Amino acid sequence: MKIKITNGRVLNPAKNFDKQTDIYISDGLVVGIGREPDKFKADTEIDATDKYVFPGIVDLCARPREPGYEYKATIASETSAAASAGITTICCPPDSNPIIDNPTVVEMIGHRAVQANKARVVPIGALTQQLFGEKISEMMALKNAGVVGVGNALKPVKNTLVMRRAMEYAASCDMTVFIFAEDPWLKDDGCANEGAVSTRMGLAGIPEIAETIAVARDLALVAQTGVRAHFCRISSAKAERMIARAQYDGLPVTADVSAHQLHLTDMDIGEFDALYHVHPPLRGMRDKMGLRKGLKLRSINAVCSDHQPHEFDAKVGPFSDTEPGISSLETLLPLVMRLVESGDLSLTEAIASITFEPARILGLPLGKIEENSIADICIYDPTYIWQLNDETMKSEGKNSPFKGWEFEGKVTHTILEGQLVYSM
Amino acid sequence: MSYRHNIQLTSDKKLKHFLSIEGLPRAVLVKILDTAETFASVGEQAVKKVPILRGKTIVNLFFENSTRTRTTFELAAKRLSADVLNLNISVSATSKGESLLDTLSNLEAMQSDMFVVRHAQSGAAHFIAQNSPAHISVINAGDGCHAHPTQAMLDMFTIRKHFEDFYQLKVAIVGDILHSRVARSQIHALTTLGANEVRVIAPKTLIPADIESLGVHVYHDMKEGLHDVDVIIILRLQKERMSGAFLPSMQEYFQAYGLTEEKLSFAKNNAIVMHPGPINRGVEIASSIADGERSVILEQVTNGIAVRMAIMSMAMGSYSANPGVSS
Repeated sequence: MKIKITNGRVLNPAKNFDKQTDIYISDGLVVGIGREPDKFKADTEIDATDKYVFPGIVDLCARPREPGYEYKATIASETSAAASAGITTICCPPDSNPIIDNPTVVEMIGHRAVQANKARVVPIGALTQQLFGEKISEMMALKNAGVVGVGNALKPVKNTLVMRRAMEYAASCDMTVFIFAEDPWLKDDGCANEGAVSTRMGLAGIPEIAETIAVARDLALVAQTGVRAHFCRISSAKAERMIARAQYDGLPVTADVSAHQLHLTDMDIGEFDALYHVHPPLRGMRDKMGLRKGLKLRSINAVCSDHQPHEFDAKVGPFSDTEPGISSLETLLPLVMRLVESGDLSLTEAIASITFEPARILGLPLGKIEENSIADICIYDPTYIWQLNDETMKSEGKNSPFKGWEFEGKVTHTILEGQLVYSM
Repeated sequence: MSYRHNIQLTSDKKLKHFLSIEGLPRAVLVKILDTAETFASVGEQAVKKVPILRGKTIVNLFFENSTRTRTTFELAAKRLSADVLNLNISVSATSKGESLLDTLSNLEAMQSDMFVVRHAQSGAAHFIAQNSPAHISVINAGDGCHAHPTQAMLDMFTIRKHFEDFYQLKVAIVGDILHSRVARSQIHALTTLGANEVRVIAPKTLIPADIESLGVHVYHDMKEGLHDVDVIIILRLQKERMSGAFLPSMQEYFQAYGLTEEKLSFAKNNAIVMHPGPINRGVEIASSIADGERSVILEQVTNGIAVRMAIMSMAMGSYSANPGVSS
């Protein structure tokens, strides 16, 4: 299939490229930018006048809920929602059921994604067997099966010696370790940021130090073992400062933040609104601003959706009884674009944080529009105004606190490896 | 995101639900106290009943065990001539896997008018109010560590019996503030009614983060904290706090924070001593004080009935065509 995209504003943050031009796609690759290749005859031509054309989005954390939780969502439903939101690659953590700690599960997920053919699904393998934090997993086998890194999802590796050995082993396999840093004892049974809001509402708190102590421990272990580490879903400004310091000292660490942490605080919980129940918890205004600043300074390299679709019942009940998480594939790009509107990021920085930077963290040759690069492309109309609600949401999970928000700008076409997988 | 309206009040600012003291205007709290005053005499009559809620059905929905609170609610409802249904859900529905929402739908089908709710999770009463049909009023009888507003109002009623007004008062709340829904509601009630100073006294392990944001002063020492106060509120210390590294032992707690004659002497001469009950004698309070002349603990229990009658009748009056006694 050959596609020609004409007259769009092409943005390739990897090379700081920002120019109105045409793009030629053939056999899954970008074969020309601004210059028509010899004997090119387009099957499809897309007019992108007044639209942006940028790389397909790479989402560092989204749970398609398959295998194991198909009553919430499936790979087919969520990759379809992803395509409609300009996301061409989603990275899923290993805490599905069965857990991704052996090659069979990796192959099964890949197979389902290929069948659905809407977005690429790349798994992270389990760092420890069954995520128990006791025995390290068969990382070599997982790597050969195609995982993009190893991590323990939301489960802690309490034993520091196990964590050290897991990091050493991952380093030997040349794999990145994905760390969700949280001290399980300090977290205890908390469900909201510890502070004035949790105190007023009588909700058990998760203190900021639950995050910073775990970050401090794991940074020390990274320095000791030399492993490449990526800190997932940082929620506090202090943790961002610690990671920035480690990067300055030359440690091979990167970090991401979920889009909702850049827009919401614990104040938004209001009267126990379970849609704002997330993990890590929404923190204070200073954290929100600190995380935005970290993104600007690139101590936080990427923004992810942390997509967690739920069935209706999961969010019905008293706050702490509900399941945490937001169905957020479809708000990733809109919320990042809002940071351009608010002046926190330039357009190039915003797009880099959801394309080129996450691809680099995963070690994948994605997130760019260059000659001979894989043709994952998103076309975006920056003036289209729409509202997020149950009708416009394509994900099976409708659990979003952003319902009712109006956004300016929407994806009109998504191309996955040279194939048009979504058009509005 | 947006500023939500207070679901406890109707559009004309009358009480609809009673879920939390927070967010209620001072005038509503004063009206509860004034209305309770008119009901206080009912208990002294030969026939202890008024026909205000005749024909109404009140369901005591207790997801957490409680004999005392449930009994006073039951008594209050019966004195208002309502029909009362007691449901102890902790041993029935939820243990069979029925969801809270299913339980509610079943109760709605029984055509009840009011739910009195106690639940172990913070926010449960709000959840039930948000998910019940418009004609049902919800009264919070304690939710998790969040609120116990009727207890706070009966405490305010008791304080008002002993002091002219709230503006001069210094009040100290002693004990497990961290896990106490009673303390949170008392703090909101006292600050809304204009108390001069509210203090909380406890070791750091039992003080929640940023409690100062509720308008209180924090003390870790009884001598400093009780200095010059008019009202001392002692909280019940749950036995399970001894196992979670909050406190080393009951003996040490009693030594440092238990109310004794000596510690009581730091307060004003006419200071009163309160406790929401049930008392752990020799843990948070010495028997001689609990039974002594400064203790108003049994008054609190008596006042609880009148205050709950006031709250129930006001909440029901806000919906029915007959505004009842509160008008």
